[in-house]
Amino acid sequence: MTLAEVADALASRFGDSLTGKTDFRGELTLSLQPAALHSICEFCRDELGFDILLDISSVDHFEQEPRYELVYELYSLGHGLALRLKTIATEDEPEVRSICDLWPGANWHEREVWDMMGLRFAGHPDLRRIIMWEGYPYHPLRKDFPLEGKFSDVPDVAFTEPAPLDGGPFVTAPVEGTTEVREPRARRAGDLSPEQTFIAEP
Amino acid sequence: MSNASPYAYDSKVEGNIIFTKLDAAINWMRSNSLWPMPMGLACCAIELMAAGAARFDIARFGAEVMRFSPRQSDVMIVAGTVTYKMALAVKRIYEQMPEPKWVIAMGACASSGGMYRSYAVLQGIDHLIPVDVYVSGCPPRPEALLDGLMRLQKKIMGEHSFLEQKKELLASL
Repeated sequence: MTLAEVADALASRFGDSLTGKTDFRGELTLSLQPAALHSICEFCRDELGFDILLDISSVDHFEQEPRYELVYELYSLGHGLALRLKTIATEDEPEVRSICDLWPGANWHEREVWDMMGLRFAGHPDLRRIIMWEGYPYHPLRKDFPLEGKFSDVPDVAFTEPAPLDGGPFVTAPVEGTTEVREPRARRAGDLSPEQTFIAEP
Repeated sequence: MSNASPYAYDSKVEGNIIFTKLDAAINWMRSNSLWPMPMGLACCAIELMAAGAARFDIARFGAEVMRFSPRQSDVMIVAGTVTYKMALAVKRIYEQMPEPKWVIAMGACASSGGMYRSYAVLQGIDHLIPVDVYVSGCPPRPEALLDGLMRLQKKIMGEHSFLEQKKELLASL
């Protein structure tokens, strides 16, 4: 089996749910609607032989709609093929269906996505934070969360305070522009006003 | 030796008596048997282990008895990045150590947060517990830790062994 056959099989079965297909240097990436995520993953596992879920990651396209993107990396040991599935989650309803019932390894990946990006997974057996502690009020990898952090306090568990950052370096700012503008090597205090730099959480 | 008497002055005793100040004696004993609490949290702990091993041999300074129980420790060596998740645990272990107790902040992270200007990292363990000696480096070489240990020994030698102890306890009474 080749990646082209995988793409054809998925297109013939789930043609309506697939919204995009990218073939870049032998890596096949399929975009799909979140409603079809679980059934497509099940099909990939049972019919196409993708027996391993390598990773789940998430992307925050801040100030774009839909805001969040989820990336699933599948691998087939039998065929030696890798497949990347992408789906979306909106800011209003940041939730997709869990695939823990297909690959138990998805459990911790989904907990990490929930912890760091704040996307919920419907049907997850134990959706707790995995890195930060229970009660921490933010999701730190969101683009509108400042790298320096925010104040928080859970008595007897942990507290956080903003770090003295002085505007940089290596700060990604959610502003329009090229990578050079968004991620300068160093940024002096006063280059961007705080309102421009970081949008406060509601 | 015909005039030898059991009541006569025994000149041999002179080599066995030392007069000193109580502070000096107690501080000398304390500073030369510092039992460390190895709070190894990151890569600095590797250098801490090297300092304890044969080549650098922290035993030369009487600090080789790494105690993994805070109840038996004198000096906490905070070696590594203190995340907020770990911070209150470090403070709790410090509070479980009996007085007198000292703290060495080993490396840039424990001293100031180091390169981790981040939402997740405490910006220096001195935000939570009093630090006696800061050791610079990322990570510091074992020699640097030994230098910090010798500076702590000097500091202990200058302390009042009883007067300034158990301040928190006395204040609470």
